Amino acid sequence: MADPITLTIDGKPVSVAAGTLLIDAAKQVSVEVPSFCYYPGLSLQGACRMCLVSIEKMPKLQTACTTVVTNGMVVHTETPEVKNARKSMLEMLLTNHPLDCPVCDKGGECELQDAVFRYGAAETRFLETKIHEDEKKFSNLVYYDRPRCILCYRCIRVCDEGMDVNAYGIGFRAAHSEIIPNRGEHLECEECGMCIDICPVGALTSGTYRYKTRPWELTYTGTICNHCGDGCKTTLSVRNHEVIRANNRDHSGINGEFLCVKGRFGWDFVNNPQRLTLPRIRRNGKQEESSWEEALSLTADKLKSILAAHGPDSVAVVGSNRTTNEENYLLQRFSRTVLGTNNIDHHRTADFSSLVGALTAAKATDRYATMENIVGAKHIFLIGNDPTHQHPLVAYQIRQAVRQHGAQLYVISQGDIKLRRQAARYLQVQLGGEAAVVSALVGASALPNNLIAGGSEAFGAFAESLKSAVDLVILFGDAIRGDEVRTMVRWGLSMPGETRFAPLGDYANSRGAADMGMLPGNLPGYAPVTDESARRKFESAWGQATPISSGLHIKAVAEGIEAGRIKALLVFGSNPARTFGLSKSTLAKLELLFVAELFSTETAECADVVVPATSFAEKSGTFTNTFGQVQALKKTMRKAGTKSDLEILLALARLLGHKWSYQSADDVLREIIALVPGYAIALPNLLIGRAVATRPEGTPPPLEKPDLIFSSRDNLFGSGTLSRYSWALNSVDEARKPYGHEF
Amino acid sequence: MLSDALKQKFDAVIARYPVKRSAIVPLLMFAQDEAGHVTEEAIQEIAQRVGVRPIEVIEDIGYYSMLHRRPIGRYNLQVCTNISCMLRGGGAIFEHCSKKLGIGHKQTTPDGTFSLEEVECLGACCGAPAMQVNYDYYENLTPETIDALIDGLRKKNPASET
Ligand code: SF4
Ligand code: SF4
Ligand code: SF4
Ligand code: FES
Ligand code: FES
Repeated sequence: MADPITLTIDGKPVSVAAGTLLIDAAKQVSVEVPSFCYYPGLSLQGACRMCLVSIEKMPKLQTACTTVVTNGMVVHTETPEVKNARKSMLEMLLTNHPLDCPVCDKGGECELQDAVFRYGAAETRFLETKIHEDEKKFSNLVYYDRPRCILCYRCIRVCDEGMDVNAYGIGFRAAHSEIIPNRGEHLECEECGMCIDICPVGALTSGTYRYKTRPWELTYTGTICNHCGDGCKTTLSVRNHEVIRANNRDHSGINGEFLCVKGRFGWDFVNNPQRLTLPRIRRNGKQEESSWEEALSLTADKLKSILAAHGPDSVAVVGSNRTTNEENYLLQRFSRTVLGTNNIDHHRTADFSSLVGALTAAKATDRYATMENIVGAKHIFLIGNDPTHQHPLVAYQIRQAVRQHGAQLYVISQGDIKLRRQAARYLQVQLGGEAAVVSALVGASALPNNLIAGGSEAFGAFAESLKSAVDLVILFGDAIRGDEVRTMVRWGLSMPGETRFAPLGDYANSRGAADMGMLPGNLPGYAPVTDESARRKFESAWGQATPISSGLHIKAVAEGIEAGRIKALLVFGSNPARTFGLSKSTLAKLELLFVAELFSTETAECADVVVPATSFAEKSGTFTNTFGQVQALKKTMRKAGTKSDLEILLALARLLGHKWSYQSADDVLREIIALVPGYAIALPNLLIGRAVATRPEGTPPPLEKPDLIFSSRDNLFGSGTLSRYSWALNSVDEARKPYGHEF
Repeated sequence: MLSDALKQKFDAVIARYPVKRSAIVPLLMFAQDEAGHVTEEAIQEIAQRVGVRPIEVIEDIGYYSMLHRRPIGRYNLQVCTNISCMLRGGGAIFEHCSKKLGIGHKQTTPDGTFSLEEVECLGACCGAPAMQVNYDYYENLTPETIDALIDGLRKKNPASET
């Protein structure tokens, strides 16, 4: 690295790395230089002239945001000349500004308001009529108020450089310049709202938040997004037990300021009036509202008689991939001890289990990739996934890696995905081609030519370019599963440097569901249920025996219901009727169908007992993102009438004669930390809002059937049940574009 | 549909520039000459040919006042009211045009024959007050010369032209 540069700012000496911008160097000695258009991480604009400073031996004031420091530079930021320049710049910015702060949506958190307070002048020399433009509705989620805009270009740059959507431009010129959207009067874009978040003033406002409140009337709770597997941190702004906004307020964590449309707007399912708030019991073929006591005791009684008559394996459990680790952990304990069956499964969207097995066998459990690894990566290999739709934060971080330090991206995919724009190499394959390419890379099998666009020549060029990759980060979707994961790991570990791996699964806690052993053959932490010593560990903690052979996977459960062997099905936070195509007539064969859910899904409609569950905003616990990073969920508000799965399970266990001593999700988490391999995480790190990486180790049983692993292929605006009940996500036209559509 | 002649022109113009995007403004002018305004199709075609996003082409149209995204009159009267013309009665010339045509700044007559615009310096100060009608300049204007000009243009009814 080059020698540091030493300079003086307001009499204070400072040493910074070569190439540092003056505005950033000033921060290091606590000198604040006001700025609007400068935004760390985005290209330089030099548009607002707020950051003017005086530099000795330079004739005019200079913009600190575009000046690179040099040795011996002597800078003054508080001279009368500089102060005057700031005043003048603000006076100019205010010439056409309405100064409607008392009713402006940004009042109280506006950078212009703050700057005028600190540096501005009270009087103006501009006495002409202000140019007025009416507010424009760019989309249901994004509004633009021209008079408030200070033309800092932040929205344009974040959309171009951060999102790679390029939806904005500048229309017209001089005093009439304004931000224009890409489709005439409207936006057609990813609707992420990054532009709203980054706007320093109240020019861009959010369709769901605008004019509802003042920011100081809100309670802010930092928690985790409930939609996809990336696990963005988000701050929910709540007033009167209603969420009205989400943004990652302190820009901390794995996502910084990023949120996609689901994280920023899609939380509104929480407030949806269709939320279930009373249990329902089926009587004479019709569901009727009931009390919690009645619903739970009826469930317990039916379970008792079914267990007594047909044995534990006549019952099966379907868990959720969007509820907490604590709930998943308790659910499998409930299944294995209270019910006594390993018939527990969930919708698996990536093969976490096989990766754990493969890395453990290769003694390489230090090679799980984290979200941070993507940002720092020099070489990224993406196999069979479209992160723009399925993992918006991953897509964002890949773009950052490519843009900020020229990371090389290699892509194998069936469709022409948007990230191809960033890809150094792209190989298009037919269905099944991803696994074939991986196996050809390792030399395990010959290349089936017909699966690859461009045949062996294209493959050869692709393989050749991969040869120069070091420290690869390999991201793989549902196309690589079972033995294919092992093959991929074998190839990856043969590459130079430290290759890392991450499966890309849908939904907020898919990884946690697998980690917590919500699988018919796995205990929590990936030991097979047939492993006696692993079983012993849990049995001695629980004081109870667990079944010794593998249970039925979800497809076998479906057959079991059809054949009359499965009599009771307990469903928590999932919709197997839709996900696995269980028909009404199949579900009607059950003696007991119990569903804990937020909404009346297709499965819930068929249930004998439906109980209203709490949403992510109403409970505490942890989620594990698809990279195995654990983060804390914080209770933001209450929803009358609902109970968390944790409370439901504790009550059911009690009714079935089991004394569990957990008082809260924290108690369960402590047990997870103590017992689950890979989860020995430091609680303080979790509590201060970090994403704590796990390194599971185990020898899980092989994948029973490849088609147990499949992604929902939701588009950017979808996340199954939750997005179906979000007004915001359904309000934009873009939501109706198919999976794979590029903006 | 853009005509084949226009497309050939596009090819020729783009070939003249070492950096393709430099051709955007001339391409827009040719496209506008053909259709009377810049059509959505032309925006897409130009963006694609020079390798930029459509929004960047749209930015250029907004920046240059002689480019139009919506149909305007057959004859676009651009009256200069900048300093030299102002001193020589440009304001009165604009008013006269406005009254005679019954339209204001950036408006078009109902029959689609004339549009009127107040513009900045046309670079014809020596002949102030000046006006530009499509690509032609008219200088040292008086209400009388304007009447003659407008009446003459009206007679050249575009509908009767072949
Ligand atoms: S809308 Fe906001 S972010 Fe965009 S240029 Fe105007 S002030 Fe800046
Ligand atoms: S919402 Fe997102 S994609 Fe749409 S214009 Fe704003 S930054 Fe661009
Ligand atoms: S990327 Fe995923 S976790 Fe992040 S805001 Fe979007 S849906 Fe939520
Ligand atoms: S912050 Fe430096 S010019 Fe805007
Ligand atoms: S001022 Fe009118 S042409 Fe120059």
